[in-house]
Amino acid sequence: MSRPSEGRSPVASIVSSVWSLIAVPLLAVLMALVVGAVVIVLSSVLVLKNPFDPTLPLTAYSALALGAFGSYDSVVSTLVLTTPLLLAGLGVGIGFRAGLFNIGAQGQFLMGAVGSVAVAVWFAHTPAVIAIIAALLGGMIAGAAWGFVPGLLKATSGAHEVVTTIMMNYIALAVLAWIVIGPLRQPGSVSPATPSVGVAALPIVLDRSGHIGIFIAFLAVPIAWFLLFRTTRGFEIRAVGANPDAARYAGVKPRRLIVLTMSIAGMLAGLAGATTILGVTHQMNTTFSTSVGFDSITVALLGRSNPIGVMVAALLFGAMRAGAGPMQINAGIPVELVDFIQALILLFLIANVALRRLLRLRGVSGAEQTGFETITRSYGGETTG
Amino acid sequence: MDALLHALNGIPVLGLVFQFVEYFITSLPFTAHVAVQLAVPICLAALCGVMCERSGVVNIGLEGIMLTCAFTGWFAGAVVTGVLGPGTPTPIFGFTVPLLLALVAAILAGMLLSLLHAWLSISVRADQIISGAIINIAAIGLTGYMNTLLSTQTLAATSNFSALRIPAAVAGFPVVGWLINALFGQGPIGIATVLIVIIFQILLFRSRWGLRTRSVGEHPRAAETVGIDVIRLRYRNVVMSGALAALGGAYLSMEATNAFQAGMTQGRGFIGLAAMIVGRWTPVGAFGAALLFASSQAISQSISVSPPPGDLGTLLSHVPTQFFDALPYLITIVVLAGLIGRSIAPAADGRPYQRESAS
Repeated sequence: MSRPSEGRSPVASIVSSVWSLIAVPLLAVLMALVVGAVVIVLSSVLVLKNPFDPTLPLTAYSALALGAFGSYDSVVSTLVLTTPLLLAGLGVGIGFRAGLFNIGAQGQFLMGAVGSVAVAVWFAHTPAVIAIIAALLGGMIAGAAWGFVPGLLKATSGAHEVVTTIMMNYIALAVLAWIVIGPLRQPGSVSPATPSVGVAALPIVLDRSGHIGIFIAFLAVPIAWFLLFRTTRGFEIRAVGANPDAARYAGVKPRRLIVLTMSIAGMLAGLAGATTILGVTHQMNTTFSTSVGFDSITVALLGRSNPIGVMVAALLFGAMRAGAGPMQINAGIPVELVDFIQALILLFLIANVALRRLLRLRGVSGAEQTGFETITRSYGGETTG
Repeated sequence: MDALLHALNGIPVLGLVFQFVEYFITSLPFTAHVAVQLAVPICLAALCGVMCERSGVVNIGLEGIMLTCAFTGWFAGAVVTGVLGPGTPTPIFGFTVPLLLALVAAILAGMLLSLLHAWLSISVRADQIISGAIINIAAIGLTGYMNTLLSTQTLAATSNFSALRIPAAVAGFPVVGWLINALFGQGPIGIATVLIVIIFQILLFRSRWGLRTRSVGEHPRAAETVGIDVIRLRYRNVVMSGALAALGGAYLSMEATNAFQAGMTQGRGFIGLAAMIVGRWTPVGAFGAALLFASSQAISQSISVSPPPGDLGTLLSHVPTQFFDALPYLITIVVLAGLIGRSIAPAADGRPYQRESAS
């Protein structure tokens, strides 16, 4: 990535290349926070008829920051919330690298949770190690299956993954509702819920809530990086994403690669669901839901589909999710603000060229755009392969 | 599961099929009416998609536009009612002043959001799918945020548009009565949708605007050489299409119900996209596809309201309701996978246009 230019010290060139990578995302986050602040002030004045209070955003954001980093407890809860975002974000990012827009992380996450809770109930009487590994695998397989289907449909019939993955999300919701109310319902429970995952619960290793899944997620970062940048398969994935025709000409089989990539993405999102159910909630009821689906898309885009970038972005969003609750309690700002800020970050990311022209910003290079330009092709009948 | 197997045992499949057909025909007046009601928002989303994509702009932000407009319509209605009072509803359709003003507000909101999408996808030449995703995420966030804020406030109750009551003599007319009742026994947005489908179909294939729109979506460079302003036409169409999605959103919070719920669009925008594809980017086709998707839900409602008698009823009562919930999405996937090869998108769909002279 770094291109040392003549007449500059290596340190300066590294600094400038790092800056050119993070300047645009950083700017996008800052501008999103500014617009979010405007919304906070305006909505407080117009909707709640409060007196004009320009410090309200500061109150809100400091409550958010304290909730995310204020104590050891809150740092651990940030890490716990980062875990699913990181895993699912890596999956979505790998998809982006192959030119696939996987909106299905939501459904893959839910199916991963369903799969792991089902396996955990099945393995209730085995040693913990076996139960945990089996439940994690169950989640990964269920998630991978939910990614495999849209991949296969895209590869064989050209059905666009944007639409099919969204449909799979809704089907996953129905499956979840059925599983909880029907086959996996805890006998005798008042409200429909599955039995607890029992021995398959992930061990807590940090503070009161830091389960071992945190380490699994951070371990997945170097693995994903190695897969993408140091293996033939990873090269093929990036080649198909950059130019499918050239890749095909070079002997890559795009159809097979699409199915593989979607399955990997689904597997990672499924693992995210598995760690959530095994490490955090321990059982599933009808209200089991998640915002991981949309969050992971933003995480992948913000991290430019680079595993290390995804990790940084996931930490940012984990912190925002961890701080959102305290923000609502202490500053009276609804948690949904975080969703809106997320959309704004994306907006400023893709509009950055136009915005920089508009604001006459200099010193920020817009050349490095991997990740958000050639992601999608039209619904056209063209079948890759 | 055992019960299901037991129910299946000893029933000839052919008999079940006949029972189902018989049940379908007897429940048709109910099912068709419900199906049109459920199809209206899907169809409006699909029409918005047709207008965008025929001029070469992909818009997956339909869902978000609908959600925002559902919120805006309801909220504006509550605010205006609070200022002007509820007003007296007209006997037909239940129009009131606040309701009509709220509808205008919803349509404006839809056009504004579409303008954002148009700017991002036409001028900024950003990835149009991401632009749409932004609209969707922003809509969920902003409407959810406002809804939570408002939950602490007491707002004036809003009314909703009422359905046209078809006289029993007409509705009961043999052979065609049920069809008239299904299509026109609807509220103003529902009836407007049926009319918009017909007008849009004629305009798209028989007018100068339609020819230009299609040419801009198929081959913008050629269109430009014969003097069509590609950028302007795309802007105009995308912004206009926002009004259609807005009607779809307003239908949910101002006609089907009189309140807003967080996430109340429930993927109808996305199903609308699928309906557009299945309907081969034509308004009439999109309406048909929307009806197809809606009818599976309508049949499931009909089954839960008045279950069919006999063996069929025993069988259906063992099918989990979640299966029927998932059915529209399953049908969408199957139809998409089966049809996409034969359903060809406008050639320039999703590709930003750059003038040759522009740098």
